[in-house]
Amino acid sequence: MSSTLFDKIWTTHVVTDRGDESLLYVDRVLLQENSFHAFDKIRREGRTVRNPQQAFGFSDHYVPTRNREQGIDGIRDPEIKHMIELITSDTETYGIELFGLGHDYQGILHVVGPELGITQPGLVIAGADSHTSTHGALGAYAFGIGSSEVAHVLATQTLWRSKPKTLRVTISGERRTGVSSKDLVLFLIRTIGSGGAVGYAVEYSGDTIDELSVEARMTVCNMSIEAGARAGLIAPDQRVFDYMRGKPMVPTGTQWEQALAYWETLETDPGSVFDREVQIEASEIAPQVTWGTNPEMVTDVTGSVPDPDVEQDPERKNRMTRALEYMGLHANQMIQSIPLDRVFIGSCTNSRIEDLRIVAQVMKGQTCRIPTMIVPGSEQVKRAAESEGLHEIFQLAGAEWLAPGCSMCVGINGDMLASGERAASTSNRNFEGRQGQGGRTHLVSPAMAAAASITGRFENISTYEEARSWNL
Amino acid sequence: MEPLIQISAIGAPLRLANVNTDQLFPARFIKKPRAVGYAQYLFHDIRRTDAGDINPNFSINNPKFETAKILFAGSNFGSGSSREGAVYALYDSGFRAVFAPSFGEIFAANCLKNGVLTARLDQETIQSIQEELDQAQEPRVSVHIDQEFITLPTGQVVTFSLEPFQKHCLMNGLNEIDLSLQFNEEITAFETNHRKTYPWTAL
Repeated sequence: MSSTLFDKIWTTHVVTDRGDESLLYVDRVLLQENSFHAFDKIRREGRTVRNPQQAFGFSDHYVPTRNREQGIDGIRDPEIKHMIELITSDTETYGIELFGLGHDYQGILHVVGPELGITQPGLVIAGADSHTSTHGALGAYAFGIGSSEVAHVLATQTLWRSKPKTLRVTISGERRTGVSSKDLVLFLIRTIGSGGAVGYAVEYSGDTIDELSVEARMTVCNMSIEAGARAGLIAPDQRVFDYMRGKPMVPTGTQWEQALAYWETLETDPGSVFDREVQIEASEIAPQVTWGTNPEMVTDVTGSVPDPDVEQDPERKNRMTRALEYMGLHANQMIQSIPLDRVFIGSCTNSRIEDLRIVAQVMKGQTCRIPTMIVPGSEQVKRAAESEGLHEIFQLAGAEWLAPGCSMCVGINGDMLASGERAASTSNRNFEGRQGQGGRTHLVSPAMAAAASITGRFENISTYEEARSWNL
Repeated sequence: MEPLIQISAIGAPLRLANVNTDQLFPARFIKKPRAVGYAQYLFHDIRRTDAGDINPNFSINNPKFETAKILFAGSNFGSGSSREGAVYALYDSGFRAVFAPSFGEIFAANCLKNGVLTARLDQETIQSIQEELDQAQEPRVSVHIDQEFITLPTGQVVTFSLEPFQKHCLMNGLNEIDLSLQFNEEITAFETNHRKTYPWTAL
């Protein structure tokens, strides 16, 4: 019988069924500072951690991006400092490996997981963060969970799940110049809506997806949750196998051969039936810029802010009006006329080495017109960028080259927008207050953010001559 | 966890779609220990004006809905971040049930783990209930989890449906970890076999 990539992973992880729910085996659980509630629950209920070696801790949400040489003493806010101390002591107590402040591999959990080979095709991965969907780019079933479920995995190595429906998103055809994987996923959310994939596990396929690098695929899977899907997956192919080879936690020798032989069987069989199909022509997609307070509120860089008055549905109209008010924009304003205050380049969506290489190509020999923060996704990405001299390009342009972490994507380490400040951001959420109370976020790709940093406005990266040679 | 079988309480309308967990519980409060009580953080920013005052036009700020335990919300409620604090903030504010056309999945799972009912009602039904609650002098609603229906202030009955597992957990106030540990032998057997079949995944 034909089965999908998702079905194959699901079936090989069901421990037992109970009515409409299955008890699913979890191969890896990823923790971050906000997991302290889960450890509290484990302690309060007097439980043990079943397989600490299958859990990994990350200090990323609260780590400072400046003064890192001072270690934890560089953190002035006692509450933030306490969060770093908590994940350190909790992981130590339970014998869980921590990629903490000062670790050579510290970084954002969704950047570090793949780059170390913690993430592998065919695994079930649960993470204490909604962007755990990122790991699906390697052909894993990966999804975010709350603290109670983290505690459940720690205690039992399993989770109760009702099987999601399957949605295949097929993206075909050649992309326009300068159109990145970020634009593809923003366009998808624009098409199906921010609740459009609730209840589904999404598989991305089509020749446009096949052509994407493994890192670019992570950007697509990362934002699955912004369309409501807990998980997004892409069938592992030769690009993924090449990416995996030699990673510190990837098997070697005969185990590598065994693993590879298995990974090659994971792709969706021809003739498999999905509960729903969405098809998108890549050639229709221009560089995208969000104008509102939800990722579905997005349009072409050459477009304009929509007019709530022409919206028929009163509820939608109300939502648009509220969003424009918050964003300080008016109907029909051209996207390229919006003046920006700042640029943030980073987050689990876009902070990998390929993202930074594109940013460097745009910034090379230019000067940033507005304050620009560049935050690499991990220490490893930072080292790679520095060995290639990218940091010098950034610094010469006047951008700040900072230390790895979630930083201003979620604004809880102290990096945030002031009220009323407007930023172009490579992150994933433009929610009200997300990057700081009253802060205004426009989501864009790294190339678009870099171009905006040079002129202080959104530029149409598709018209850039040099963009023709970029492998986005 | 307390078993949830019936709730008779004030119902409150919240006419916003796509309410995300950043709005339910802003990220800057995540670092607060639960012991401080999360009620003070519920809808912290969206229930206030830009000047920081309580906005009287935000529905649940209306004194009529002050003691509400049941929320009738817009579609895609609880989307976004996985932070369970969003549920703690609802729970600590007294809420035990949320009805909406659709929910963020992680949020709905988190609700179940904390004994908060989430159930879907179509958009039209939600809107008519919201209007009724606004108009009723005492917007009292009864939710019968056992029989899967709601009685509205006018006496009208609306049915909803729960997945059997969700219902079982809510009605028995089950701690899922205890439930799962009853399958410990199965888990161990599965794990042994899994590591043998996929040895490279074993750590």
